[in-house]
Amino acid sequence: MLEVLQYEFMRNALMAGVLAAVACGVIGVYVVVKKVVFISGGIAHASFGGIGLGYFLGINPIIGALFFSLASGLAIGAIITRTRIAADTAIGILWAVGMALGVAFIGLTPGYAPDLMSYLFGSILTVPFSDVLLMLALVAVIIAVVVALYKEYLILSFDEEYAMAVGMPVARLYFLLLAMIALTVVVLIQVVGMILVIALLTFPAAMARQFTHNMKTMMVLSVLFGLLFTLGGLWLSYMLKLPSGATIVLFGGVVLAASLGLSRLRIRYRETRTPA
Amino acid sequence: MNNRAIVELDGICVNYGEVTALENVSLSVFEHDFLGVIGPNGGGKSTLLKVILGLIKPHHGSVFVFGKPPARARSRIGYVSQRSVFDRDFPASVWDVALMGRYDRAGIMRWYRGEDRAEAEKALARVGMLEHRGKQIGRLSGGQQQRVFVARALVSEPELLLLDEPTASIDSTMQSEFYELLEQLKDSLTIVMVSHDIGAVSVHVDKIACLNRELYYHGSRELTPEILEATYQCPVQLIAHGAVPHRVLKEH
Repeated sequence: MLEVLQYEFMRNALMAGVLAAVACGVIGVYVVVKKVVFISGGIAHASFGGIGLGYFLGINPIIGALFFSLASGLAIGAIITRTRIAADTAIGILWAVGMALGVAFIGLTPGYAPDLMSYLFGSILTVPFSDVLLMLALVAVIIAVVVALYKEYLILSFDEEYAMAVGMPVARLYFLLLAMIALTVVVLIQVVGMILVIALLTFPAAMARQFTHNMKTMMVLSVLFGLLFTLGGLWLSYMLKLPSGATIVLFGGVVLAASLGLSRLRIRYRETRTPA
Repeated sequence: MNNRAIVELDGICVNYGEVTALENVSLSVFEHDFLGVIGPNGGGKSTLLKVILGLIKPHHGSVFVFGKPPARARSRIGYVSQRSVFDRDFPASVWDVALMGRYDRAGIMRWYRGEDRAEAEKALARVGMLEHRGKQIGRLSGGQQQRVFVARALVSEPELLLLDEPTASIDSTMQSEFYELLEQLKDSLTIVMVSHDIGAVSVHVDKIACLNRELYYHGSRELTPEILEATYQCPVQLIAHGAVPHRVLKEH
């Protein structure tokens, strides 16, 4: 098994998997407890506009995605906080417009778009080392912000009204959270693709939630489950000769479903044993 | 000295679009007052507290809290909201929630320090919840949760405590325990409590304000049926037990 590490692409894949697990483990906890899963999905899909722009301008599509996901995150935040348009409507608008822009830019680009599928569905085995470095920088930013603002985000996700009552800069923190989600989306695109990003933002955190009621512990567990899903999925895809992104998501889905099922059984078992 | 004005509202008007929530409300709360604000649902009780907190800016009138605009007095105010809308599965313990009250003292982007933890411990002990510090907040009963939220308001060492319907979500035995807790607190604090429970309010508080968009009455806790009728705009029956009204029923 270890001989695969002699290949550079395998080493890059492992590093990308670890970085993805850290990003999705930490930010996924906020996405799940603050219930912004579909805002995250909207940001992920809107980032396709940036991938198209990258092809059109002849730059790294990931850089285009970085700008587009940040811009769409802030745009969704602005629509939700400053207009009377409902959150899910805002998500729908950004989601569709971002994807349409991506398709239009790719149409305008002469020739055909290489690797397009890998941005849509992920391709952890072809992540170049330069992108691993970019992922590392993004993860460092995310971790720094979460460490500095841990108590603020705990209050904000627990009770927004209380956060306002004690004078927290709620709107600015909300925008910053959306920006962190946007950065996480960019980190995850490489691993599972923009269409499946939502899986890594939810599965590890949903798994971790069953085992703890402490947010820090939940983040640590969620990173570990993220590692299990990305590296386990990668290994399975290698063994079964299946596309890596989809295998990672399916493996995570099966483990999560099994664990949620076991939790239910355990609760029911405990209830039947407790005398009424 | 019991006559220092802590809260001074003068001619407050608040509208939500077409709806008037508060109309020309003037009210002073003095140091060591325990003021109960009663009135029907939608009568502007919560809005009044949010004006004092500076969360809602009135369209007319002036607000001073500790002689300052409310946003600048916030660190001296403890607030317990009507019902904390949170997920029962939220990953936070009693301890985590109590520490949240130290946000303002600790400062943004700073971690909690030893003194913050010491205050959280004191506040939880004061409301009798220290032994439950490790429990998940969503797994407690409504009354226990409410005690933790009071502790969260107390850890910031406030001089003014604002309570919005604190007993709405707890059962009656828990309610009397809760009022006992407030009895202990009122010696060291100024308390403003909003409630629709006229009976309990008139037994426990020192002063009463009746609010239904306008302020109908503000003074000592002895209420007359006329005042209540004016506030609720319908007949309200008082069953007196001794000198204080004990139970209030709608007339059939």
